[in-house]
Amino acid sequence: MEVLSVSVDSHFVHKMWNDHELVKMVDGGIPFHMVSDQAGNVGRAYGVWDEAQGIELRGCFIIDPDGVIQGMEVLTPPVGRRIAETIRQVQAFQRVRASGGKEATPAGWQPGKPTLQPGPHLVGKVWEVWKPSMEE
Amino acid sequence: MAEAQGCARVTGTVSGEESTPNQPTQPNTPQQETKMTARVGQKAPDFTAPAYYKGGFTSVKLSDFAGKWVLLCFYPGDFTFV
Repeated sequence: MEVLSVSVDSHFVHKMWNDHELVKMVDGGIPFHMVSDQAGNVGRAYGVWDEAQGIELRGCFIIDPDGVIQGMEVLTPPVGRRIAETIRQVQAFQRVRASGGKEATPAGWQPGKPTLQPGPHLVGKVWEVWKPSMEE
Repeated sequence: MAEAQGCARVTGTVSGEESTPNQPTQPNTPQQETKMTARVGQKAPDFTAPAYYKGGFTSVKLSDFAGKWVLLCFYPGDFTFV
């Protein structure tokens, strides 16, 4: 999986942030591309450009190998993401894709847990194979 | 095509739109407003933009990552705490 981070800062500022602060949080510094979008063009295309503040909102997009957006989450600036949940969603989308769309993942699904095989046999029978308590 | 060098104020460009890399930004002019809007189940808008990557400056084009899963994460700004 490729990660791309995007903000309105220049690539020069990205370098300074990486070299002076982030390298103290992540050994070796940031391992992915830190993209610069100073005019907000990319942010506008993704609906995360905030005109009043001149910044991009905390939007995260899961894009599949065909270039199709499978998931998106947008938060206002003061609250950070929980990346473990994003990774879980990517793993679930990868499982569904690998099944050719035959499988679906129930709420709270994690790798190793059972998936659902939607079809006539499952109508009204989900309770037999999945319960909320299975989320943990 | 954005090039990450020199003093030009390079920025991200969405594919299919006109690039105006050296124009000063004009706040509150909606002429650059894009019609493309990201939605789940739809193609991700392609773009080209300068980037910092492992000690160097480079240019990133989203469609160059076709065949891979991509996590595209926007955030308000460098050095902004969260």
